[in-house]
Amino acid sequence: MPDAHRNRGHSPNAQGQHRPALPPEPYDVERVRADFPILQRLVHERPGRLGKPLVYLDNAASAQKPRAVIDAMVRCMELEYANVHRGIHYLSQQTTDAYEAVRGKIACFLNAPSRDNIVITRNATEAINLVAASWGRTFLERGDEVVLSVLEHHANIVPWQLLQAEKGIVIKVVPCDERGVLDLDAYADLLGPRTKLVAITHGSNVVGTVTPAAEIARIAHRHGILVLFDGSQTAVHMPVDVQAIDADFYVFTGHKLYGPTGIGVLYGRRSVLHRMPPYQGGGDMIAAVSFAGTTYRDPPYRFEAGTPPIIEGIGLGAAIDYVEALGRDAIALHEHSLLERATTRLERVDGVRIVGTAPGKAAILSFVLDGVHPHDLGMLADQMGVAVRVGRHCAEPLLARFGLEATARASFGLYNTIAEADALVDAVMAVKEFFR
Amino acid sequence: MVNDPFGDLRDLYQEVILDHGKHPRNHRHPPDANHEARGDNPLCGDRITVYLTMGEDGVIHDVAFEGRGCAISTASASLMTEVIRGKSERDARALFDCFHDLCTKDDADIDAHGPVDEDALDRLRVLSGVREFPVRVKCATLAWHTLAAAMAGAGKISTE
Repeated sequence: MPDAHRNRGHSPNAQGQHRPALPPEPYDVERVRADFPILQRLVHERPGRLGKPLVYLDNAASAQKPRAVIDAMVRCMELEYANVHRGIHYLSQQTTDAYEAVRGKIACFLNAPSRDNIVITRNATEAINLVAASWGRTFLERGDEVVLSVLEHHANIVPWQLLQAEKGIVIKVVPCDERGVLDLDAYADLLGPRTKLVAITHGSNVVGTVTPAAEIARIAHRHGILVLFDGSQTAVHMPVDVQAIDADFYVFTGHKLYGPTGIGVLYGRRSVLHRMPPYQGGGDMIAAVSFAGTTYRDPPYRFEAGTPPIIEGIGLGAAIDYVEALGRDAIALHEHSLLERATTRLERVDGVRIVGTAPGKAAILSFVLDGVHPHDLGMLADQMGVAVRVGRHCAEPLLARFGLEATARASFGLYNTIAEADALVDAVMAVKEFFR
Repeated sequence: MVNDPFGDLRDLYQEVILDHGKHPRNHRHPPDANHEARGDNPLCGDRITVYLTMGEDGVIHDVAFEGRGCAISTASASLMTEVIRGKSERDARALFDCFHDLCTKDDADIDAHGPVDEDALDRLRVLSGVREFPVRVKCATLAWHTLAAAMAGAGKISTE
Protein backbone atom coordinates (compact mmCIF):
# COMPACT_ATOMS: atom_id res chain seq x y z
CA MET A 1 0.00 0.00 0.00
CA PRO A 2 1.50 3.33 -0.92
CA ASP A 3 1.21 5.01 2.47
CA ALA A 4 2.37 8.31 1.07
CA HIS A 5 -0.83 8.43 -0.93
CA ARG A 6 -3.11 7.34 1.85
CA ASN A 7 -6.14 9.48 2.59
CA ARG A 8 -5.63 11.66 -0.40
CA GLY A 9 -8.82 12.93 -1.97
CA HIS A 10 -12.09 12.53 -0.10
CA SER A 11 -13.45 9.06 -0.29
CA PRO A 12 -16.46 8.15 1.78
CA ASN A 13 -15.53 6.35 4.98
CA ALA A 14 -17.43 3.59 6.69
CA GLN A 15 -20.12 5.98 7.89
CA GLY A 16 -20.61 7.32 4.40
CA GLN A 17 -19.23 10.69 5.46
CA HIS A 18 -16.50 12.41 3.52
CA ARG A 19 -13.08 12.91 5.01
CA PRO A 20 -11.75 16.39 4.56
CA ALA A 21 -9.47 16.57 1.52
CA LEU A 22 -5.81 17.01 2.34
CA PRO A 23 -3.89 19.65 0.43
CA PRO A 24 -3.08 18.19 -3.00
CA GLU A 25 0.36 16.68 -3.37
CA PRO A 26 1.92 15.95 -6.72
CA TYR A 27 0.74 12.56 -7.95
CA ASP A 28 3.81 10.32 -7.76
CA VAL A 29 3.19 8.11 -10.76
CA GLU A 30 6.63 6.50 -10.63
CA ARG A 31 5.93 5.32 -7.14
CA VAL A 32 2.56 3.97 -8.28
CA ARG A 33 4.23 2.13 -11.16
CA ALA A 34 6.59 0.43 -8.77
CA ASP A 35 3.53 -1.20 -7.19
CA PHE A 36 2.71 -3.05 -10.45
CA PRO A 37 5.08 -5.94 -11.14
CA ILE A 38 3.96 -6.39 -14.75
CA LEU A 39 4.98 -2.85 -15.65
CA GLN A 40 8.58 -3.80 -15.01
CA ARG A 41 8.61 -6.39 -17.81
CA LEU A 42 9.58 -5.97 -21.42
CA VAL A 43 7.57 -7.16 -24.41
CA HIS A 44 8.74 -8.63 -27.73
CA GLU A 45 11.87 -9.84 -26.01
CA ARG A 46 13.72 -12.81 -27.45
CA PRO A 47 17.27 -14.10 -27.83
CA GLY A 48 19.36 -11.57 -29.70
CA ARG A 49 16.82 -8.83 -29.39
CA LEU A 50 16.17 -6.37 -26.62
CA GLY A 51 12.56 -6.11 -25.58
CA LYS A 52 10.55 -2.93 -25.42
CA PRO A 53 9.08 -1.44 -22.29
CA LEU A 54 5.38 -2.18 -22.00
CA VAL A 55 3.20 0.87 -22.67
CA TYR A 56 -0.09 -0.55 -21.48
CA LEU A 57 -2.98 1.52 -22.80
CA ASP A 58 -5.70 -1.12 -22.80
CA ASN A 59 -7.01 -0.46 -19.31
CA ALA A 60 -10.63 -0.18 -20.40
CA ALA A 61 -10.44 -3.83 -21.46
CA SER A 62 -8.72 -4.92 -18.28
CA ALA A 63 -6.32 -3.29 -15.85
CA GLN A 64 -3.07 -4.63 -14.40
CA LYS A 65 -2.80 -5.73 -10.79
CA PRO A 66 -0.80 -4.06 -8.02
CA ARG A 67 1.39 -6.08 -5.68
CA ALA A 68 -1.13 -5.44 -2.89
CA VAL A 69 -3.83 -7.35 -4.78
CA ILE A 70 -1.50 -10.20 -5.74
CA ASP A 71 -0.19 -10.49 -2.17
CA ALA A 72 -3.66 -10.42 -0.64
CA MET A 73 -4.79 -13.28 -2.86
CA VAL A 74 -1.66 -15.31 -2.18
CA ARG A 75 -1.95 -14.64 1.54
CA CYS A 76 -5.55 -15.79 1.45
CA MET A 77 -4.56 -19.07 -0.17
CA GLU A 78 -1.53 -19.56 2.02
CA LEU A 79 -2.93 -18.60 5.38
CA GLU A 80 -6.60 -17.78 5.50
CA TYR A 81 -8.55 -20.04 3.22
CA ALA A 82 -11.60 -22.20 3.76
CA ASN A 83 -15.13 -22.13 2.42
CA VAL A 84 -17.29 -19.28 3.71
CA HIS A 85 -20.66 -19.16 5.47
CA ARG A 86 -20.51 -22.84 6.32
CA GLY A 87 -17.93 -23.84 8.84
CA ILE A 88 -17.76 -23.51 12.55
CA HIS A 89 -14.05 -24.11 12.38
CA TYR A 90 -11.49 -21.40 12.87
CA LEU A 91 -10.35 -20.94 9.27
CA SER A 92 -13.84 -20.87 7.84
CA GLN A 93 -14.81 -18.20 10.32
CA GLN A 94 -11.70 -16.18 9.55
CA THR A 95 -12.25 -16.44 5.80
CA THR A 96 -15.93 -15.59 6.16
CA ASP A 97 -15.07 -12.48 8.17
CA ALA A 98 -12.49 -11.37 5.62
CA TYR A 99 -14.82 -12.04 2.70
CA GLU A 100 -17.78 -10.28 4.30
CA ALA A 101 -15.57 -7.33 5.18
CA VAL A 102 -15.04 -6.92 1.44
CA ARG A 103 -18.79 -6.57 0.98
CA GLY A 104 -18.61 -3.68 3.42
CA LYS A 105 -15.72 -2.15 1.50
CA ILE A 106 -17.66 -2.35 -1.73
CA ALA A 107 -20.64 -0.69 -0.03
CA CYS A 108 -18.38 2.18 1.13
CA PHE A 109 -16.77 2.37 -2.29
CA LEU A 110 -20.19 3.03 -3.88
CA ASN A 111 -21.54 4.88 -0.83
CA ALA A 112 -24.32 2.28 -0.62
CA PRO A 113 -26.55 2.53 2.46
CA SER A 114 -25.63 -0.97 3.62
CA ARG A 115 -23.56 -4.02 2.82
CA ASP A 116 -26.86 -5.83 2.17
CA ASN A 117 -27.23 -3.80 -1.04
CA ILE A 118 -24.15 -5.51 -2.47
CA VAL A 119 -24.59 -8.71 -4.47
CA ILE A 120 -21.30 -10.31 -5.51
CA THR A 121 -21.29 -11.75 -9.02
CA ARG A 122 -18.67 -13.08 -11.42
CA ASN A 123 -18.48 -9.89 -13.46
CA ALA A 124 -20.53 -6.91 -14.60
CA THR A 125 -22.07 -8.97 -17.39
CA GLU A 126 -23.42 -11.46 -14.89
CA ALA A 127 -24.73 -8.63 -12.73
CA ILE A 128 -26.81 -7.30 -15.63
CA ASN A 129 -27.94 -10.80 -16.56
CA LEU A 130 -28.99 -11.30 -12.95
CA VAL A 131 -31.26 -8.25 -13.12
CA ALA A 132 -32.65 -9.31 -16.49
CA ALA A 133 -33.26 -12.88 -15.38
CA SER A 134 -34.63 -12.21 -11.90
CA TRP A 135 -36.26 -8.78 -12.00
CA GLY A 136 -36.94 -8.77 -15.73
CA ARG A 137 -38.59 -12.19 -15.94
CA THR A 138 -40.72 -11.43 -12.90
CA PHE A 139 -41.86 -7.91 -13.59
CA LEU A 140 -41.78 -7.45 -17.36
CA GLU A 141 -44.64 -8.46 -19.61
CA ARG A 142 -45.20 -8.45 -23.34
CA GLY A 143 -45.12 -4.88 -24.63
CA ASP A 144 -43.25 -3.47 -21.62
CA GLU A 145 -40.35 -1.26 -22.60
CA VAL A 146 -36.71 -1.20 -21.57
CA VAL A 147 -34.78 1.90 -22.58
CA LEU A 148 -31.09 1.48 -23.45
CA SER A 149 -28.68 3.91 -25.12
CA VAL A 150 -26.65 3.70 -28.29
CA LEU A 151 -23.52 3.89 -26.11
CA GLU A 152 -24.04 0.45 -24.60
CA HIS A 153 -21.56 -2.38 -24.41
CA HIS A 154 -23.02 -5.64 -25.69
CA ALA A 155 -23.26 -6.75 -22.05
CA ASN A 156 -26.07 -4.24 -21.56
CA ILE A 157 -27.80 -5.03 -24.85
CA VAL A 158 -27.89 -8.78 -25.29
CA PRO A 159 -29.43 -9.73 -21.90
CA TRP A 160 -32.39 -7.49 -22.78
CA GLN A 161 -32.62 -8.97 -26.25
CA LEU A 162 -32.82 -12.44 -24.69
CA LEU A 163 -35.71 -11.14 -22.63
CA GLN A 164 -37.21 -9.59 -25.74
CA ALA A 165 -37.20 -13.00 -27.42
CA GLU A 166 -38.58 -14.71 -24.34
CA LYS A 167 -41.17 -12.21 -23.13
CA GLY A 168 -41.87 -9.92 -26.06
CA ILE A 169 -40.60 -6.78 -24.36
CA VAL A 170 -39.76 -3.73 -26.46
CA ILE A 171 -36.26 -2.20 -26.50
CA LYS A 172 -35.90 1.52 -27.14
CA VAL A 173 -32.61 3.28 -27.70
CA VAL A 174 -31.51 6.77 -26.63
CA PRO A 175 -29.43 8.36 -29.40
CA CYS A 176 -26.25 10.40 -29.00
CA ASP A 177 -24.82 13.33 -30.93
CA GLU A 178 -21.57 13.57 -32.90
CA ARG A 179 -19.60 14.11 -29.70
CA GLY A 180 -21.04 11.00 -28.09
CA VAL A 181 -23.31 12.97 -25.73
CA LEU A 182 -26.69 11.39 -25.01
CA ASP A 183 -29.74 13.30 -26.24
CA LEU A 184 -31.63 13.83 -22.99
CA ASP A 185 -34.66 15.36 -24.71
CA ALA A 186 -34.98 12.29 -26.89
CA TYR A 187 -34.51 10.20 -23.76
CA ALA A 188 -37.33 11.93 -21.90
CA ASP A 189 -39.56 11.51 -24.97
CA LEU A 190 -38.86 7.78 -25.12
CA LEU A 191 -40.28 7.18 -21.66
CA GLY A 192 -43.92 6.14 -21.69
CA PRO A 193 -46.52 4.32 -19.62
CA ARG A 194 -45.08 0.94 -20.65
CA THR A 195 -41.46 1.85 -19.81
CA LYS A 196 -40.36 -0.24 -16.83
CA LEU A 197 -36.58 0.09 -16.83
CA VAL A 198 -33.86 2.40 -18.06
CA ALA A 199 -30.53 0.55 -18.40
CA ILE A 200 -27.75 2.87 -19.47
CA THR A 201 -24.02 2.96 -19.19
CA HIS A 202 -22.49 5.39 -16.72
CA GLY A 203 -19.45 5.65 -18.98
CA SER A 204 -18.88 4.52 -22.56
CA ASN A 205 -16.07 2.02 -23.08
CA VAL A 206 -15.53 3.34 -26.62
CA VAL A 207 -16.02 7.10 -26.64
CA GLY A 208 -15.47 7.76 -22.94
CA THR A 209 -18.68 9.73 -22.42
CA VAL A 210 -19.72 9.93 -18.77
CA THR A 211 -23.49 10.05 -18.78
CA PRO A 212 -25.48 12.35 -16.45
CA ALA A 213 -26.62 9.49 -14.24
CA ALA A 214 -28.39 11.58 -11.60
CA GLU A 215 -30.37 13.44 -14.28
CA ILE A 216 -31.22 10.19 -16.07
CA ALA A 217 -32.45 8.67 -12.81
CA ARG A 218 -34.42 11.78 -11.83
CA ILE A 219 -36.32 11.78 -15.12
CA ALA A 220 -37.01 8.03 -14.93
CA HIS A 221 -38.13 8.16 -11.31
CA ARG A 222 -40.62 10.90 -12.16
CA HIS A 223 -42.46 8.16 -14.07
CA GLY A 224 -41.82 5.44 -11.51
CA ILE A 225 -39.29 3.76 -13.79
CA LEU A 226 -36.29 1.91 -12.36
CA VAL A 227 -32.75 2.69 -13.54
CA LEU A 228 -29.70 0.48 -13.92
CA PHE A 229 -26.26 1.93 -14.61
CA ASP A 230 -23.34 0.00 -16.03
CA GLY A 231 -20.43 1.49 -14.11
CA SER A 232 -17.72 -0.77 -15.49
CA GLN A 233 -15.79 2.21 -16.89
CA THR A 234 -16.72 4.83 -14.30
CA ALA A 235 -16.05 3.06 -11.02
CA VAL A 236 -12.38 2.95 -12.03
CA HIS A 237 -12.03 6.56 -13.10
CA MET A 238 -14.03 8.62 -10.62
CA PRO A 239 -15.85 8.57 -7.29
CA VAL A 240 -19.29 6.96 -7.57
CA ASP A 241 -22.10 7.60 -5.11
CA VAL A 242 -25.12 5.42 -5.83
CA GLN A 243 -27.26 7.36 -3.36
CA ALA A 244 -26.43 10.73 -4.90
CA ILE A 245 -27.17 9.29 -8.35
CA ASP A 246 -30.25 7.59 -6.90
CA ALA A 247 -29.56 4.39 -8.84
CA ASP A 248 -31.82 1.37 -8.42
CA PHE A 249 -29.10 -0.90 -9.80
CA TYR A 250 -25.42 -0.19 -10.37
CA VAL A 251 -22.93 -2.74 -11.68
CA PHE A 252 -19.18 -2.83 -12.06
CA THR A 253 -16.45 -5.40 -12.49
CA GLY A 254 -13.33 -6.18 -10.46
CA HIS A 255 -10.75 -6.73 -13.16
CA LYS A 256 -10.98 -3.22 -14.59
CA LEU A 257 -10.52 -1.84 -11.07
CA TYR A 258 -7.03 -3.36 -10.75
CA GLY A 259 -8.57 -6.40 -9.08
CA PRO A 260 -8.82 -9.99 -10.23
CA THR A 261 -11.05 -11.47 -12.90
CA GLY A 262 -14.04 -13.54 -11.88
CA ILE A 263 -15.64 -11.01 -9.57
CA GLY A 264 -18.21 -8.30 -10.20
CA VAL A 265 -20.73 -6.31 -8.23
CA LEU A 266 -24.43 -5.61 -8.40
CA TYR A 267 -25.65 -2.81 -6.18
CA GLY A 268 -29.41 -2.95 -5.75
CA ARG A 269 -31.90 -0.77 -3.91
CA ARG A 270 -33.11 -2.72 -0.89
CA SER A 271 -36.82 -2.52 -1.69
CA VAL A 272 -36.17 -3.74 -5.24
CA LEU A 273 -33.83 -6.59 -4.28
CA HIS A 274 -36.33 -7.84 -1.72
CA ARG A 275 -39.02 -8.25 -4.37
CA MET A 276 -36.75 -10.22 -6.70
CA PRO A 277 -36.77 -14.03 -6.84
CA PRO A 278 -33.52 -16.03 -6.86
CA TYR A 279 -31.30 -15.90 -9.92
CA GLN A 280 -29.69 -19.31 -9.59
CA GLY A 281 -30.39 -22.10 -7.17
CA GLY A 282 -27.91 -23.93 -4.99
CA GLY A 283 -26.13 -23.80 -1.69
CA ASP A 284 -25.68 -20.61 0.31
CA MET A 285 -28.81 -18.94 -1.08
CA ILE A 286 -31.34 -21.00 0.83
CA ALA A 287 -32.91 -20.68 4.26
CA ALA A 288 -34.32 -24.21 4.45
CA VAL A 289 -34.53 -26.97 1.90
CA SER A 290 -36.93 -29.90 1.81
CA PHE A 291 -38.48 -31.82 -1.00
CA ALA A 292 -41.79 -30.29 0.00
CA GLY A 293 -40.46 -26.83 -0.69
CA THR A 294 -37.51 -24.52 -0.16
CA THR A 295 -37.24 -21.04 1.29
CA TYR A 296 -34.63 -18.53 0.33
CA ARG A 297 -32.39 -16.22 2.26
CA ASP A 298 -32.73 -12.47 2.14
CA PRO A 299 -30.70 -10.41 -0.31
CA PRO A 300 -27.87 -10.27 -1.06
CA TYR A 301 -27.33 -14.01 -0.32
CA ARG A 302 -30.47 -15.01 -2.18
CA PHE A 303 -28.63 -14.13 -5.38
CA GLU A 304 -25.36 -15.84 -4.54
CA ALA A 305 -25.82 -19.55 -5.13
CA GLY A 306 -22.85 -21.81 -4.65
CA THR A 307 -19.39 -21.14 -3.28
CA PRO A 308 -18.64 -17.50 -4.03
CA PRO A 309 -15.41 -16.13 -5.55
CA ILE A 310 -13.65 -16.05 -2.19
CA ILE A 311 -10.07 -15.45 -3.29
CA GLU A 312 -11.20 -12.99 -5.94
CA GLY A 313 -13.24 -11.20 -3.30
CA ILE A 314 -10.16 -10.81 -1.12
CA GLY A 315 -8.33 -9.48 -4.18
CA LEU A 316 -11.09 -7.00 -4.97
CA GLY A 317 -11.02 -5.78 -1.39
CA ALA A 318 -7.28 -5.10 -1.72
CA ALA A 319 -7.86 -3.35 -5.06
CA ILE A 320 -10.47 -1.07 -3.51
CA ASP A 321 -8.09 -0.27 -0.64
CA TYR A 322 -5.37 0.51 -3.15
CA VAL A 323 -7.53 2.80 -5.27
CA GLU A 324 -9.01 4.52 -2.23
CA ALA A 325 -5.55 5.12 -0.78
CA LEU A 326 -4.56 6.94 -3.94
CA GLY A 327 -7.92 8.71 -3.97
CA ARG A 328 -10.28 8.54 -6.90
CA ASP A 329 -10.26 12.31 -7.34
CA ALA A 330 -6.48 12.26 -7.58
CA ILE A 331 -6.62 9.35 -10.04
CA ALA A 332 -9.21 11.14 -12.17
CA LEU A 333 -7.07 14.27 -12.21
CA HIS A 334 -3.98 12.34 -13.23
CA GLU A 335 -5.78 10.40 -15.94
CA HIS A 336 -7.29 13.56 -17.35
CA SER A 337 -3.86 15.10 -17.73
CA LEU A 338 -2.87 12.04 -19.79
CA LEU A 339 -6.04 12.19 -21.87
CA GLU A 340 -5.53 15.87 -22.52
CA ARG A 341 -1.90 15.41 -23.52
CA ALA A 342 -2.64 12.54 -25.91
CA THR A 343 -5.72 14.26 -27.36
CA THR A 344 -3.97 17.57 -27.96
CA ARG A 345 -1.06 15.93 -29.73
CA LEU A 346 -3.11 13.37 -31.64
CA GLU A 347 -5.49 16.02 -32.95
CA ARG A 348 -2.57 17.67 -34.66
CA VAL A 349 -1.66 14.55 -36.61
CA ASP A 350 -3.04 14.96 -40.09
CA GLY A 351 -5.56 12.22 -40.93
CA VAL A 352 -6.45 11.39 -37.33
CA ARG A 353 -10.09 11.60 -36.34
CA ILE A 354 -10.92 11.35 -32.67
CA VAL A 355 -14.16 9.50 -32.01
CA GLY A 356 -15.92 10.83 -28.93
CA THR A 357 -15.40 14.35 -27.72
CA ALA A 358 -17.96 14.65 -24.94
CA PRO A 359 -17.08 17.25 -22.32
CA GLY A 360 -15.78 15.68 -19.10
CA LYS A 361 -15.24 12.29 -20.69
CA ALA A 362 -13.27 9.53 -19.00
CA ALA A 363 -9.67 8.82 -20.02
CA ILE A 364 -10.63 6.76 -23.07
CA LEU A 365 -9.41 7.86 -26.47
CA SER A 366 -10.86 6.23 -29.58
CA PHE A 367 -9.58 7.31 -32.96
CA VAL A 368 -9.15 6.35 -36.58
CA LEU A 369 -6.33 7.18 -38.96
CA ASP A 370 -7.12 7.87 -42.61
CA GLY A 371 -6.06 5.08 -44.94
CA VAL A 372 -4.89 2.79 -42.14
CA HIS A 373 -7.15 0.12 -40.71
CA PRO A 374 -7.15 0.09 -36.89
CA HIS A 375 -6.10 -3.55 -36.90
CA ASP A 376 -2.90 -2.70 -38.79
CA LEU A 377 -2.35 0.31 -36.58
CA GLY A 378 -2.74 -1.78 -33.44
CA MET A 379 -0.35 -4.45 -34.60
CA LEU A 380 2.35 -2.00 -35.63
CA ALA A 381 1.94 0.07 -32.45
CA ASP A 382 2.29 -3.16 -30.47
CA GLN A 383 5.60 -3.76 -32.20
CA MET A 384 6.75 -0.53 -30.53
CA GLY A 385 5.49 -1.82 -27.19
CA VAL A 386 2.28 0.25 -27.21
CA ALA A 387 -0.73 -1.93 -26.34
CA VAL A 388 -4.04 -0.51 -27.55
CA ARG A 389 -7.30 -2.20 -28.40
CA VAL A 390 -8.65 -2.19 -31.92
CA GLY A 391 -11.96 -3.33 -33.34
CA ARG A 392 -15.55 -2.80 -32.34
CA HIS A 393 -14.99 -2.93 -28.59
CA CYS A 394 -18.12 -5.01 -27.95
CA ALA A 395 -20.21 -1.98 -28.92
CA GLU A 396 -21.17 -2.62 -32.51
CA PRO A 397 -24.26 -0.35 -32.56
CA LEU A 398 -22.15 2.57 -31.36
CA LEU A 399 -19.55 2.00 -34.06
CA ALA A 400 -22.37 1.87 -36.60
CA ARG A 401 -23.69 5.17 -35.20
CA PHE A 402 -20.38 6.76 -36.11
CA GLY A 403 -20.29 5.00 -39.48
CA LEU A 404 -17.19 3.03 -38.50
CA GLU A 405 -16.21 -0.62 -38.78
CA ALA A 406 -13.55 -0.31 -36.11
CA THR A 407 -11.47 2.15 -34.12
CA ALA A 408 -8.21 2.09 -32.24
CA ARG A 409 -8.66 2.83 -28.57
CA ALA A 410 -6.16 3.96 -25.96
CA SER A 411 -7.47 3.87 -22.41
CA PHE A 412 -5.44 5.28 -19.56
CA GLY A 413 -5.08 3.96 -16.06
CA LEU A 414 -3.69 5.25 -12.79
CA TYR A 415 -0.15 4.07 -13.61
CA ASN A 416 0.22 5.59 -17.08
CA THR A 417 2.57 8.48 -17.64
CA ILE A 418 2.82 11.55 -19.84
CA ALA A 419 5.73 9.81 -21.58
CA GLU A 420 3.37 6.94 -22.42
CA ALA A 421 0.76 9.33 -23.78
CA ASP A 422 3.55 10.67 -25.97
CA ALA A 423 4.62 7.15 -26.94
CA LEU A 424 1.10 6.53 -28.21
CA VAL A 425 1.20 9.60 -30.44
CA ASP A 426 4.71 8.78 -31.64
CA ALA A 427 3.56 5.28 -32.54
CA VAL A 428 0.59 6.62 -34.49
CA MET A 429 2.89 8.94 -36.42
CA ALA A 430 5.33 6.12 -37.16
CA VAL A 431 2.48 3.90 -38.38
CA LYS A 432 1.23 6.69 -40.58
CA GLU A 433 4.69 7.01 -42.07
CA PHE A 434 4.85 3.24 -42.62
CA PHE A 435 1.70 3.28 -44.74
CA ARG A 436 2.55 6.46 -46.62
CA MET B 1 17.03 -1.42 -41.72
CA VAL B 2 18.67 0.14 -38.68
CA ASN B 3 16.38 1.39 -35.93
CA ASP B 4 13.33 0.25 -37.83
CA PRO B 5 10.68 0.03 -35.14
CA PHE B 6 8.67 -2.36 -37.28
CA GLY B 7 11.55 -4.66 -38.24
CA ASP B 8 9.75 -7.90 -37.39
CA LEU B 9 6.66 -6.90 -39.28
CA ARG B 10 8.37 -6.16 -42.59
CA ASP B 11 7.98 -9.84 -43.55
CA LEU B 12 4.28 -9.57 -42.99
CA TYR B 13 3.71 -6.17 -44.54
CA GLN B 14 5.65 -6.67 -47.75
CA GLU B 15 5.43 -4.11 -50.53
CA VAL B 16 3.02 -6.27 -52.53
CA ILE B 17 0.65 -6.36 -49.58
CA LEU B 18 0.91 -2.64 -48.92
CA ASP B 19 0.24 -2.00 -52.61
CA HIS B 20 -2.79 -4.32 -52.85
CA GLY B 21 -4.00 -3.06 -49.50
CA LYS B 22 -3.91 0.51 -50.68
CA HIS B 23 -5.02 -0.11 -54.28
CA PRO B 24 -7.12 -3.26 -54.29
CA ARG B 25 -7.80 -4.80 -57.70
CA ASN B 26 -11.31 -5.82 -58.73
CA HIS B 27 -12.84 -3.75 -55.95
CA ARG B 28 -16.27 -3.39 -57.55
CA HIS B 29 -19.74 -4.90 -57.82
CA PRO B 30 -20.14 -6.61 -61.23
CA PRO B 31 -23.73 -6.18 -62.47
CA ASP B 32 -23.87 -9.70 -63.92
CA ALA B 33 -22.61 -11.49 -60.80
CA ASN B 34 -24.69 -14.60 -60.09
CA HIS B 35 -23.14 -15.70 -56.79
CA GLU B 36 -22.24 -13.59 -53.80
CA ALA B 37 -21.49 -13.96 -50.14
CA ARG B 38 -20.68 -11.69 -47.23
CA GLY B 39 -17.80 -12.32 -44.90
CA ASP B 40 -17.50 -10.78 -41.48
CA ASN B 41 -14.72 -10.75 -38.94
CA PRO B 42 -16.46 -9.13 -35.98
CA LEU B 43 -13.35 -9.13 -33.85
CA CYS B 44 -11.48 -6.62 -35.98
CA GLY B 45 -14.35 -5.14 -37.94
CA ASP B 46 -13.56 -6.49 -41.40
CA ARG B 47 -16.54 -6.83 -43.72
CA ILE B 48 -16.33 -8.04 -47.27
CA THR B 49 -18.67 -9.14 -50.05
CA VAL B 50 -17.37 -11.43 -52.78
CA TYR B 51 -19.15 -11.48 -56.17
CA LEU B 52 -18.78 -14.29 -58.67
CA THR B 53 -19.93 -14.59 -62.24
CA MET B 54 -19.97 -18.34 -62.81
CA GLY B 55 -20.70 -20.02 -66.09
CA GLU B 56 -22.80 -23.13 -66.67
CA ASP B 57 -19.48 -24.88 -67.12
CA GLY B 58 -18.59 -24.20 -63.47
CA VAL B 59 -15.86 -21.75 -64.45
CA ILE B 60 -15.44 -18.47 -62.58
CA HIS B 61 -15.58 -15.91 -65.39
CA ASP B 62 -15.41 -12.87 -63.14
CA VAL B 63 -14.66 -12.29 -59.48
CA ALA B 64 -14.70 -9.06 -57.57
CA PHE B 65 -15.20 -7.83 -54.02
CA GLU B 66 -16.41 -4.87 -52.04
CA GLY B 67 -15.79 -3.73 -48.49
CA ARG B 68 -12.62 -2.84 -46.70
CA GLY B 69 -10.69 -4.34 -43.91
CA CYS B 70 -7.14 -4.23 -42.71
CA ALA B 71 -4.25 -4.19 -45.16
CA ILE B 72 -3.84 -7.96 -44.88
CA SER B 73 -7.48 -8.83 -45.54
CA THR B 74 -7.82 -6.29 -48.35
CA ALA B 75 -4.60 -7.41 -50.03
CA SER B 76 -5.62 -11.03 -49.70
CA ALA B 77 -9.02 -10.36 -51.30
CA SER B 78 -7.38 -8.39 -54.09
CA LEU B 79 -4.79 -11.09 -54.82
CA MET B 80 -7.48 -13.75 -54.69
CA THR B 81 -9.54 -12.05 -57.37
CA GLU B 82 -6.47 -11.96 -59.59
CA VAL B 83 -5.56 -15.61 -59.25
CA ILE B 84 -8.92 -17.36 -59.42
CA ARG B 85 -10.42 -15.75 -62.50
CA GLY B 86 -10.90 -18.36 -65.21
CA LYS B 87 -10.55 -21.24 -62.78
CA SER B 88 -13.09 -23.97 -62.22
CA GLU B 89 -14.80 -24.14 -58.87
CA ARG B 90 -12.77 -27.25 -58.06
CA ASP B 91 -9.44 -25.62 -58.90
CA ALA B 92 -10.35 -22.55 -56.85
CA ARG B 93 -11.21 -24.80 -53.93
CA ALA B 94 -7.91 -26.67 -54.20
CA LEU B 95 -6.04 -23.37 -54.32
CA PHE B 96 -7.86 -22.22 -51.17
CA ASP B 97 -6.93 -25.45 -49.38
CA CYS B 98 -3.26 -25.00 -50.31
CA PHE B 99 -3.30 -21.31 -49.39
CA HIS B 100 -4.92 -22.12 -46.06
CA ASP B 101 -2.14 -24.58 -45.32
CA LEU B 102 0.46 -21.99 -46.28
CA CYS B 103 -1.06 -19.57 -43.79
CA THR B 104 -1.31 -22.03 -40.94
CA LYS B 105 1.35 -24.73 -41.29
CA ASP B 106 5.11 -24.37 -41.23
CA ASP B 107 5.54 -27.49 -43.35
CA ALA B 108 2.63 -27.14 -45.72
CA ASP B 109 2.47 -29.92 -48.32
CA ILE B 110 1.13 -28.20 -51.40
CA ASP B 111 0.53 -31.49 -53.15
CA ALA B 112 -1.84 -32.63 -50.45
CA HIS B 113 -4.89 -31.18 -52.18
CA GLY B 114 -4.27 -32.44 -55.67
CA PRO B 115 -2.81 -30.49 -58.58
CA VAL B 116 -2.90 -26.71 -58.17
CA ASP B 117 -1.80 -23.73 -60.21
CA GLU B 118 1.67 -23.29 -58.75
CA ASP B 119 2.19 -19.85 -60.28
CA ALA B 120 -0.96 -18.67 -58.53
CA LEU B 121 0.20 -20.24 -55.28
CA ASP B 122 3.56 -18.50 -55.62
CA ARG B 123 1.81 -15.16 -55.85
CA LEU B 124 -0.15 -15.95 -52.69
CA ARG B 125 2.97 -16.94 -50.78
CA VAL B 126 3.50 -13.28 -49.93
CA LEU B 127 0.70 -13.65 -47.38
CA SER B 128 2.17 -16.69 -45.67
CA GLY B 129 3.88 -14.40 -43.14
CA VAL B 130 0.62 -14.45 -41.15
CA ARG B 131 1.68 -17.90 -39.96
CA GLU B 132 3.79 -16.15 -37.34
CA PHE B 133 0.83 -14.07 -36.17
CA PRO B 134 -2.12 -16.34 -35.41
CA VAL B 135 -4.56 -13.45 -34.90
CA ARG B 136 -3.94 -12.34 -38.47
CA VAL B 137 -4.67 -15.71 -40.11
CA LYS B 138 -8.35 -14.80 -40.13
CA CYS B 139 -7.54 -11.59 -41.96
CA ALA B 140 -5.67 -13.43 -44.69
CA THR B 141 -8.29 -16.12 -45.14
CA LEU B 142 -11.51 -14.09 -44.77
CA ALA B 143 -11.85 -13.44 -48.52
CA TRP B 144 -11.24 -17.10 -49.29
CA HIS B 145 -13.79 -18.33 -46.77
CA THR B 146 -16.22 -15.86 -48.29
CA LEU B 147 -15.38 -17.12 -51.77
CA ALA B 148 -16.08 -20.67 -50.66
CA ALA B 149 -19.42 -19.54 -49.23
CA ALA B 150 -20.28 -17.73 -52.47
CA MET B 151 -19.43 -20.82 -54.55
CA ALA B 152 -21.50 -22.99 -52.22
CA GLY B 153 -24.34 -20.47 -52.26
CA ALA B 154 -24.22 -20.07 -48.48
CA GLY B 155 -24.52 -16.29 -48.67
CA LYS B 156 -22.96 -15.22 -45.40
CA ILE B 157 -20.09 -16.37 -43.25
CA SER B 158 -18.37 -15.17 -40.15
CA THR B 159 -14.86 -16.04 -39.09
CA GLU B 160 -15.81 -15.82 -35.41
